[in-house]
Amino acid sequence: MAGNRDYINRRIHSLLGVIPIGLFLIQHLTVNFFATRGPEAFNAAAHFMESLPYRYVLELFVIFLPILFHGIYGVYIAFTAKHNVSNYGYFRNWMFMLQRYTGVITLIFIAWHVWETRIAIGLGWVDLNYQLMENILTNPFFFWFYVVGVVSTTFHFANGLWSFFVSWGITMTPRSQRIMTYVSIIVFLAVSYVGVRTLFTFAYGI
Amino acid sequence: MSEEKKITLIIERQDSPESAPYEETFEVPYRENMNVISALMEIRRNPVNAKGEATTPVFWDMNCLEEVCGACSMIINGKARQSCTALVDQLEQPIRLAPMSTFPITRDLAVDRSRMFDSLKRVKAWVPIDGTYDLGPGPRMAESKRQWAYELSKCMTCGVCLEACPNVNSKSDFIGPAAISQVRLFNSHPTGEMNKSERLETVMGDGGIMGCGNAQNCVQSCPKGIPLTTSLAAIYRDTAIESFKSFFGSDNKL
Repeated sequence: MAGNRDYINRRIHSLLGVIPIGLFLIQHLTVNFFATRGPEAFNAAAHFMESLPYRYVLELFVIFLPILFHGIYGVYIAFTAKHNVSNYGYFRNWMFMLQRYTGVITLIFIAWHVWETRIAIGLGWVDLNYQLMENILTNPFFFWFYVVGVVSTTFHFANGLWSFFVSWGITMTPRSQRIMTYVSIIVFLAVSYVGVRTLFTFAYGI
Repeated sequence: MSEEKKITLIIERQDSPESAPYEETFEVPYRENMNVISALMEIRRNPVNAKGEATTPVFWDMNCLEEVCGACSMIINGKARQSCTALVDQLEQPIRLAPMSTFPITRDLAVDRSRMFDSLKRVKAWVPIDGTYDLGPGPRMAESKRQWAYELSKCMTCGVCLEACPNVNSKSDFIGPAAISQVRLFNSHPTGEMNKSERLETVMGDGGIMGCGNAQNCVQSCPKGIPLTTSLAAIYRDTAIESFKSFFGSDNKL
């Protein structure tokens, strides 16, 4: 492809954030939402995901490699910015800064979350079921850690979707970008609800 | 006559490119309809600071005094803008002046904007028509297109958008919004368009379009009101299409 390595990396970074990571995020939170229908519904849904054919290939290419690339390259991007919201306190400048902050928070959250669930399951320390998440989230510290982590992730996804539309040249005019801002706010609220609602079920059984 | 009204200026000064910056406060007599430059001229006429000590006159860059040359950019009360159109009556007191930190400082408020002119050369921000024979008239341009292209041609390379951009700094090699917008301008020109791919390939390289992080401070800060974020998005689109054309192949590639 034309352009240098930096250009291609940035394009891949932008693409991976939505396809497949954004799609995986929505799928993941949707499957977890089965918890609101009771432990049996969650266990059945989790078992279905667990028993998908060629699961390791799916996990590697749809989840692990894209997130590793997006996360590591994203940290590099985050640290090349010099924030100036104190002098230029415009909405988009705030979003620019929050996108970088939530990216770093999300990476830390995902690293911990994967360690305590997928890796712990893989090593046979715990079993994938409703009980696993209930044990984690009934601890108030981890409940709030998860709330911050999930909201940070959904913000990063929704705002990232906005810049994805600009970076791929879809929204060019100020008007289309403004409408996309409203769409991204709705996406943020909706996906956050799905994620946080599930956390409440695991933590408080409601 | 009643006591003279005075305005206070707190200026970040620097004696040479290498020396350490320091602050100096000045009080100058107020006149009606003053701009920042007329206040600086007053300091030049009587270079005495607020403590009553004689000092060197504050140095700054200026030329047209009507916001078309781009030379007198500086940071006024925290924001980069032209000092010729910064009216004292509309500014919070005391007025704080500082040089634009994105650029190398030559002295006091004057900076060296060479990197912007180097960027214009890199992206070939011109229409190449030189040759050994007369090429004749070029293709005509639609009036509707000329109208938006004219807006882009108002860029005076003042550097305010680079200063406001969080991604133009010492940790990044991003050339900034101004040169990217000029790529759009010259790619929209019917003759300039013949070198479209070449310009796009340049901004698909080091310091190019991918340095943009969509913070959109540029469009908020541009003294000429140039739709810089529309230009950036246009180049995002054009480079994406150019990538596909050059990877998969296309007869429409220039």
